[in-house]
Amino acid sequence: MSAPHFLVHSPKDNVGVVVVEGLKAGTSMIGVITETDETTKIKAKHDIPIGHKVALKPFKKGDTVVKYGEDIGKIVADVGVGEHVHVHNLKTKRW
Amino acid sequence: MATKAKTGKPRRNLSFMGWRRENGRVGVRNHVVILPLDDLSNAACEAVANNIKGTMALPHAYGRLQFGADLDLHFRTLIGTGSNPNVAAVIVIGIEDGWTKRVVDGIAKTGKPVVGFGIEGHGDIAIIAKASYKAKEFVQWASELEREECSVDDLWVSTKCGESDTTTGLSSCPTVGNMYDKLIPKGIYGCFGETSEITGAEHIAKSRAVNAKIGEKWMKVFQAYQDEVIEAHKVDDLSDSQPTKGNIAGGLTTIEEKALGNLEKIGRKCKYIEVLEPAEAPKAGPGLYYMDTSSAAAECVTLMAAGGYVIHTFPTGQGNIIGNPIVPVIKISGNPKTIRTMGEHIDVDVSGVLRRELTLDTAGDALIDMIVRTANGRLTAAEALGHREFVMTKLYRSA
Repeated sequence: MSAPHFLVHSPKDNVGVVVVEGLKAGTSMIGVITETDETTKIKAKHDIPIGHKVALKPFKKGDTVVKYGEDIGKIVADVGVGEHVHVHNLKTKRW
Repeated sequence: MATKAKTGKPRRNLSFMGWRRENGRVGVRNHVVILPLDDLSNAACEAVANNIKGTMALPHAYGRLQFGADLDLHFRTLIGTGSNPNVAAVIVIGIEDGWTKRVVDGIAKTGKPVVGFGIEGHGDIAIIAKASYKAKEFVQWASELEREECSVDDLWVSTKCGESDTTTGLSSCPTVGNMYDKLIPKGIYGCFGETSEITGAEHIAKSRAVNAKIGEKWMKVFQAYQDEVIEAHKVDDLSDSQPTKGNIAGGLTTIEEKALGNLEKIGRKCKYIEVLEPAEAPKAGPGLYYMDTSSAAAECVTLMAAGGYVIHTFPTGQGNIIGNPIVPVIKISGNPKTIRTMGEHIDVDVSGVLRRELTLDTAGDALIDMIVRTANGRLTAAEALGHREFVMTKLYRSA
């Protein structure tokens, strides 16, 4: 298999991490869930830098984002599948 | 350039040539340190280190009018640094004799050569001359100390990550975790910390204690940090500090996400057996320890070195360049952009994990191999580049 475009820690996660440089919107991405070695596919809706997160499901304001199978914060602006998830739409629930 | 972790069977030589000190501990470096008690004595220490080649001054910013727990931490850090087995002998210089002697007496418990000089009543020039004669004697003595074959289980290996991004949680942090899962059962001492960067993963950290009592002790330390530091001083949700700008550039969004990646460093199986004060030496035997530290890299590594750890493993995503004067800091990165743009700072390249070419098991073996090579004398990237960050942790304002 060729190198994946994104990796997902746990099957419970609703975001993945882009692991290639220069990913362009429109790319048909292959992802691997590292815990299970399962492959998944989605289309990138944005240019997403390496290390940044991509939505694996649509989110509404107030939804919880799950990574490592754990709660990593709340959505503050709606997000579609394949879109970039970062400080513009995801916030901590702490502090 | 970073050594690329290779697939296939690695070299499994788990012994190295180290210096066994008077107290039985094993060092992987042989430094003669000129240690200032206080900020005022930095100039004399640096002059001695300039006079006598092969010695090293450790200038720092504090040591006057501290009191209470903050003063205790100051002494514990200086005494611990001088006592570290990577240090063969120590000269302490302070503005006055009383506190200078307190540091000398603390280090002397290890049995290693240590003398102190107070500047008052003599002046810098006379003290620099006296201390230089002694430093010359120490460094020539240390240069003839013979190394002996030591086992990897003689090592004390600490960890802390920096300039993290999402690649650290996927590759370099679990590489350190894999190393601990393999070496802790062999009898090494391990150490992790970074109290602020467990926010969001405290339920996991608590569950990784060896028993409920230690888990409660950990929770108390974490809660004290939340109440006394964060709640007492915060002006916003800390979004400008935690995650850092570098973390955010690398794709980390929230403290919870950062904390979960951070905890990948303690592997799947290890349980921590005790919770240490900053710079406290572990006393409960081999195993993994938690140390209550800041998450600022230089402060944290300085505290762990003062606790007696002789090698530090440092996962980085965006490329933290930190080193330490007495402890070799091994950098591990899985971010291909960092490897390409600043590879001179990285010792172990685990970017193959992201491409699914390299398993964490093989990456962990590559790190163990680098630990043994470093113990045998290979200079780390940070050592070769001259990174000697020595930063004392200060708890509150001086009197």
